Amino acid sequence: MIPQPMRKWLRRHVLASPVHRFGWASLLLLIALAVAPTKDFFNEWRHYQRQYRKFISTRSDRLTLQHHFTGGVQQIWLPELTVVDRCTTCHVAVSEKSLQGDASVPEPFRAHPPVAHNVQDWGCVICHRGQGPATELAEAHNATRAWEEPILPARYLEASCGQCHRAPLTGTPQLNLGRNLLGRYGCVHCHTIKLSDGSTVKPSDDPPSLSHIADKTTREWIYAWLKNPYAYSVTTTMPDFKLSDADARDISAFLIANSAPVTGDSETVKNAPPDATAGASLYGESFCASCHAVQNAAGNVVGGDVGPELTRIGNKAKPEWLRAWLRNPRVYNPETAMPHYRFTEPQVSLLTAYLGNKSDSDLLANVHLNAATPEQVAHGKLLVTTYGCAACHEISGIKKPDNFAPELTRVGSKPLTEIVFLPGMKRSTPDYIATKIRQPRAFGAGLKMPQYTLAPTQIDALTTALLAFTDRAHDLPMALTVPAKAPSNYQPAGNAGKLVADLACFSCHAINGRGGDMAPDLSWEGTAVQRPWLLGFLKNPGTLRPALIRRMPKFNLSDSEITQLTDYMMTVYQTPAFDRDSLLSTGYTPAQVQRGKQLFYSKYACQSCHIIDTKADKGYVGPTLTQVGSRLNAAWVYHWLKNPQALQPGTIEPNRSMSDEDALALTAFLMTQKGSSKQGAKK
Amino acid sequence: MTRRWRTFLVVSAILFAAACTRKPGAATALKPTGFGAALVESSGGKQTGTVGALLPQPVVVQVNDEQGAAVAGALVEFSGPAGTTFDPPSGLTDASGQATTNVAFGSTAGRYQLTARTSTKAQKPIELKIEEIAMGYQEQLGFQLQNKYCASCHDPESTPERVSNYDNLEVKPHPFTDGGTLNGMSDDDVTAIISHGGPALNKSALMPAYGYTLNKAEIEALISYIRLVSDPPHHVTGTAYARK
Repeated sequence: MIPQPMRKWLRRHVLASPVHRFGWASLLLLIALAVAPTKDFFNEWRHYQRQYRKFISTRSDRLTLQHHFTGGVQQIWLPELTVVDRCTTCHVAVSEKSLQGDASVPEPFRAHPPVAHNVQDWGCVICHRGQGPATELAEAHNATRAWEEPILPARYLEASCGQCHRAPLTGTPQLNLGRNLLGRYGCVHCHTIKLSDGSTVKPSDDPPSLSHIADKTTREWIYAWLKNPYAYSVTTTMPDFKLSDADARDISAFLIANSAPVTGDSETVKNAPPDATAGASLYGESFCASCHAVQNAAGNVVGGDVGPELTRIGNKAKPEWLRAWLRNPRVYNPETAMPHYRFTEPQVSLLTAYLGNKSDSDLLANVHLNAATPEQVAHGKLLVTTYGCAACHEISGIKKPDNFAPELTRVGSKPLTEIVFLPGMKRSTPDYIATKIRQPRAFGAGLKMPQYTLAPTQIDALTTALLAFTDRAHDLPMALTVPAKAPSNYQPAGNAGKLVADLACFSCHAINGRGGDMAPDLSWEGTAVQRPWLLGFLKNPGTLRPALIRRMPKFNLSDSEITQLTDYMMTVYQTPAFDRDSLLSTGYTPAQVQRGKQLFYSKYACQSCHIIDTKADKGYVGPTLTQVGSRLNAAWVYHWLKNPQALQPGTIEPNRSMSDEDALALTAFLMTQKGSSKQGAKK
Repeated sequence: MTRRWRTFLVVSAILFAAACTRKPGAATALKPTGFGAALVESSGGKQTGTVGALLPQPVVVQVNDEQGAAVAGALVEFSGPAGTTFDPPSGLTDASGQATTNVAFGSTAGRYQLTARTSTKAQKPIELKIEEIAMGYQEQLGFQLQNKYCASCHDPESTPERVSNYDNLEVKPHPFTDGGTLNGMSDDDVTAIISHGGPALNKSALMPAYGYTLNKAEIEALISYIRLVSDPPHHVTGTAYARK
């Protein structure tokens, strides 16, 4: 093996005597022993720490920075979260205040920008993911060797907040939007998402029942809708299933054949001549636009998103169905968010004709369907089952499928090895999720997930929300989660409760934790307002905030209904914090009133947001106070002035930390603002 | 054996070089069919977005000829500071002369100067600078808070959802973009006005005190937002511009 001259040399110099042999062997051993410390000396993190010491030595704040610096491997250990985090070994200056916001600092030495959590308490990988224990750049940041989880791109970073925080946070708009879309687009009808507390994510949409659809619309409309939902409504959350003409024909045939009429809902139409002006003004007065949007000539969608868009409602709804619906929507759908307006018959005719005119002559122009054959109906039923229509819509005779689509409880931690990527796609979980949402059918023939029309920012938001459902989020100790407010199914009792349901008050108002946020919370309305004012308001709701486009509609309630509602609210909706009648509404001295006026206009400058004198004051941010003395109770005004957030969490009225005397004087002044009926009518 | 090895080396070198070429449009090799004389911004400039995330609206630029008519088929390439991504990074203008791209910021908060490039028939480059603002967590929090508490008076623009109260006030508040005035105030002064109201600095009482409504971190967040959007830019330690 060893060549002859070499062997000669070895024999002469190395193996000459036992002393030689011992000497050489020792030398080899020493070299071998030196390998490990040398490797350690030259590893990446020492290199960065040497660079950092060099970097700070040139700065004027070097003494502080040098004082803060400790060499060696740094580690943040969070046993409850099973996190070992050595990122600060290289990112030595993450907590250095004097380096914050300085873009001239080279990486990895930049300080972390201010966030809600202290980096030293939480480490890095909880938010940024990656491999905490690694001390080499490639292993820490990328998916290498056995370690799978790479750094989460900054684009989806808010996902990590969502692992612990279940409620919306002010600083995470993208996550909030994504969670909202998960509910609004009904993703969770098909995909189950379980939370660590055992509950599941609930949808927030309300897909209509299809059991009585023949009452409501025609087979032609269903066909056109199935073929392209966006042609009818640009705001719809109904996706496009990319159905063939024959499949759309058969599904529409089945749905019509399967539909049963709603009893008491089949009155034929007395044709009313359409009166566009009167119809439009009734539509406006009833504040339909608070919930329903319409696309205007410029293509902009104007109006609320609680109810469906009405741009082309005349193409869809049969006139007789529309009449019955406007008369009382609860006959067709007892659960609808639409209030039961007590329209008179002429009003119903007017609105029916007005809405019937909202149509697009092109929409159904090319739809010609022959009478359905039994085979088509049967095939339609098969398709409805295959595509899981009943996961969202109630369809009589078809059971809601369980777990129709893959569960997404841990989708944020889905191992890369379990994902089938498209050719040319970046191999990462976030990219997979985003692409799957953008073009679900691209991943193979025969996939059922339909095509949604979403803006790029919406896709990012949905991806962010989904990336929050990780193993860590699911296995988090309950003590570390920040739960969302528990949903309330509060329902007022008795006749008033029936009225609240019939008028769908919860669609706009919240009471005791249940309801919408379009209109004020009414939980303590009985403490706040005076009885005569509430009676008058329910009879004829005027506006308190002239700048708002969404207002309380007039429901045409009967006197007995108004009394029932008022009595209930005045009795039940009271705060336990103080007594409504603990302060008198009259009897203040002129000096007190005068002082209150001064405080109002000078010290607290309330006129910047409120109006007392309609000629001089212009503040449009808060409600008009011209009649506040006959609207609110003195005790409520006083306590509101002392601490508005205590009575209505989140109100923008600032807490002025007023003295008791100031609050009392202002209350005295405000209670003299009784307004006049003339002024009220003018507003 | 050696020849195959050499071929492999050459091929991989070429592939490697191709992979490293970050020139926008190099991979797709779009062939322009039109050439313009001017590049103008159609929409999407001066937006405020979040670091790392997509801008709320895409950036749209238009290529025009000498007469100001739209040019279709002109090649437009987009570039920006480190970390900025464009989808697509380059494209040909459509029939109305416009090229659209979705922009995602890098991970540093600050002002981002984006560049759109096209060239004339004589290969003379035409550049258009577009400025956008990226908010970090703190600025984002400030943005949300000012939307709720401040914008109804400090933002002169009205929307259907929020009618501005600006015109109704006798003493006009400073819009937060008014760097001319606000840059001259120290952080301590701005904190004092937010906490104790206008009179704290001998200014109008129409500005109420928020010191009992907002906490310290929230006021800091508000100030970080105000500093970020001010025009002219507010210069702190380091630079307000994200590095190239």
